[in-house]
Amino acid sequence: MGLIERFFKEPRWGVHPDDHKRPAADAPLRMLPPPARLYMPLHQHVGGAARPIVLVGQKVLKGELLADAQGNISAPIHAPVSGTISAIGEVTAPHPSGLGFAAITIDNDFAGRWIETDPVSDPFALAPEEIARRTGKAGVVGLGGATFPAAIKFALGKRLQVGTLIVNGGECEPYLSSDDRIMRDHADQVIDGARIVMHAIGAREALVGIEDNKPEAIAAMRIAAAPFPEVKIRPVPARYPMGSDKQLIQTLTGKEVPADARAAEVGVLVHNVSTCAAVHKAIRLGQPLVERIVTLNGGAVKTPGNLFVPLGTLVDELLDFVGRVATPARLILGGPMMGTPLLHGRIPLVKGASGILAFDAQEALIPAAGPCIRCGSCTRACPMGLLPIEMAAHIRAGDLDGAVGFHLSDCISCGCCAYVCPSHIPLVQYFSHAKGELMTKERAKLRSEATRRLAEARVERVERETREKAAAAARRKAERDAAKAKTAAAALATTPVTQVEGEIA
Amino acid sequence: MSLHSIPAPVSAPHTTTANTVSRVMATVMLALAPATLFGFWLYGWPAIYLWVITVASAMLGEAFCLRLMQRPATPILMDGSAALTGWLLALSLPPWAPWWIGVLGGLFATVLSKQVFGGLGQNLFNPAMVARVALLISFPVQMTSWVGPLPLDAVTAPGPLAGLLITFKGMPPGLDAMTSASLLGFAKTEMSRGIDLLQSLTQAPALSWIGSRPGSLGETAGWLIAAGGVAMMALRVITWHIPVAMLLGIAVPAAILHAIDPAHYMSATTHVFSGGVLLGAFFIATDYVTSPNTPRGQLIFGAGCGLLTWVIRTWAGYPEGVAFAVLLMNSLTPIIDSYVKPRIYGRDRKGTALEPVK
Repeated sequence: MGLIERFFKEPRWGVHPDDHKRPAADAPLRMLPPPARLYMPLHQHVGGAARPIVLVGQKVLKGELLADAQGNISAPIHAPVSGTISAIGEVTAPHPSGLGFAAITIDNDFAGRWIETDPVSDPFALAPEEIARRTGKAGVVGLGGATFPAAIKFALGKRLQVGTLIVNGGECEPYLSSDDRIMRDHADQVIDGARIVMHAIGAREALVGIEDNKPEAIAAMRIAAAPFPEVKIRPVPARYPMGSDKQLIQTLTGKEVPADARAAEVGVLVHNVSTCAAVHKAIRLGQPLVERIVTLNGGAVKTPGNLFVPLGTLVDELLDFVGRVATPARLILGGPMMGTPLLHGRIPLVKGASGILAFDAQEALIPAAGPCIRCGSCTRACPMGLLPIEMAAHIRAGDLDGAVGFHLSDCISCGCCAYVCPSHIPLVQYFSHAKGELMTKERAKLRSEATRRLAEARVERVERETREKAAAAARRKAERDAAKAKTAAAALATTPVTQVEGEIA
Repeated sequence: MSLHSIPAPVSAPHTTTANTVSRVMATVMLALAPATLFGFWLYGWPAIYLWVITVASAMLGEAFCLRLMQRPATPILMDGSAALTGWLLALSLPPWAPWWIGVLGGLFATVLSKQVFGGLGQNLFNPAMVARVALLISFPVQMTSWVGPLPLDAVTAPGPLAGLLITFKGMPPGLDAMTSASLLGFAKTEMSRGIDLLQSLTQAPALSWIGSRPGSLGETAGWLIAAGGVAMMALRVITWHIPVAMLLGIAVPAAILHAIDPAHYMSATTHVFSGGVLLGAFFIATDYVTSPNTPRGQLIFGAGCGLLTWVIRTWAGYPEGVAFAVLLMNSLTPIIDSYVKPRIYGRDRKGTALEPVK
């Protein structure tokens, strides 16, 4: 059986990096003492930035609304501690550019006083729309890293009549264990949250996909899910990128999400385990999303493990708490396969931050790139079935359209190709570059099209105005002529009369 | 503590495989080692010298080109690809061939069929096979005189010094009588004289399971070559597609025609265990650079190599066809790669998006 499983059931895509999850995953969850000052960025999600509704100097309670959602796709931001608003200004964004973005600074009063919450004892009595509304108001976004506002996905699932909720406990990125930890320590919250989400989208069943390298999490989740037959715990092979929506859907249901389509169109919706726990808190306790579990890991960390931290805490404070063995050679937000490099540690923690990795010099070392030997490892590793070498060859030659012909747009940027390359060619980096270039081109094209439309509209307007003016002038002239003719005619008509009259007279 | 001193970071992924080009080459060499050592024992000192000369010439040729292009030679030589090319070529030569065959072949392989194209990964044709074919066409006599096995511990086997003389000054008259044609060459010659296989094969050098017969280093130790190939599959250096397809490509037509007319067509076993088929299937045709990239493309490529080998052996002028077949299929690799692509997730084979199924 085992051999047959291995040959026929094991997915052929993906890579199997050394996962480095333990001992960090096994260390008990620690609480970070809330820091003296926190920085809540206004843009921690996909969509429009939140709009601040507080003033500098204002006192706020924990969980109080700081900035409201703005636009169709957006999420509100709440106070992670009680205290005083001390500034609204720029901080460094968690982005490789190191550019700034707007954030609200709060000075902690260390009272830890919550706002008045509105708990719901029976969420299943609420209308699905009400659950979506409350989840949206609590600022819950996808905590697996995508940070898409959860409530909008609920509405989409409801509209497209999704039958299956997939709960993503894959956590396939090496080093990370925050989802593992939440499943081990708060399995009941995850399961309850998943059932609330099912109610919100009208799903009949929930499949919880957990990689088989997390046996403790699988056991805890099985116990928590035992009373609910509609929630099924499904261990999946540990293989990167199993936590990617498309790959997890295929592994659990056998369905493929068509290119350029959404998962909901094949009747499934994916939510991360941590997102489900956040939904549980938002509905059952009425608490907005202001804290999360973060993995601190990497060779430069003295005591690797998971921390429960308020959002807005600086990365440096997290590293101070866990200690450093050496000066980190590289700081990463997220996992090593897709994470964002951070320029320094004075960057606040955001909702989508599942881990902070501090790599030592040896971990950070990537050998210099060599020539491609066409070994085909990248082709075998690509979970999307693309041809990374061909796309990279076209991009290197500046032929972006050629790369698009190989369906560059289907690339999910998982990094398998670059990871597996024995020549260490930065393949996925080429693709990210090309996607950026294409997006810039597309935007430039849209802009020039808009300019052209405006210019054409102007020419047309000027012509029309000239035409109208001419027409008006012609009309006026005609009217004048007509009037003149009329008066002339009238004059002509009256004159004889007078003449006649005169004659008569 | 501030971390402002960190240099500008690169983008994800921040980790990479421990696999390297040198490691891949080293694994292939390790897989070749048992067959090579067995060949050394079987053919003695001249074979060892020829191997050393061929490998050294291939590396020298590569170093010369790199120097000419003003690129650092040592790190590129350390990737092991030039040495492996020389090694594979040496395994396909008659073990007692003169020194200049090794020198010309080694230089030919890395200079004219690899570096001229732009170095590692750029050549269209398999360098070892280009060199072998060039030698075969230029020096047919030296390239087809096969010596019978004379194990190192045999009384008549040449010692280190006598071996040196054989390699550098040619075959001494006493040992000259030992050379013979290979089984394939013998059968072809007899066939052209009108003697069919049923008669000629009774006098032919027997097909020996332990390799005790005239042939190249890579031919006689067939089982060890195959074992090395299977080890490479287990280590995931190569996949099964090319070897299996190539062996089937030659065995299936051979078996069918042999069943119909055994007087004119050799059996599948004779085909598979003669000449360079096993070396070709596991080590030559599987060369990454010159073979297709997708599993289905590799099946087509392997089957083509096998079928062409059989066609050349059966009907063409040369008794052996592995090198020609591999080179012909090498030229088709870009075409196979542009027609045979993997199916993309969410799309059909033609690349159009799938219909959503609830």
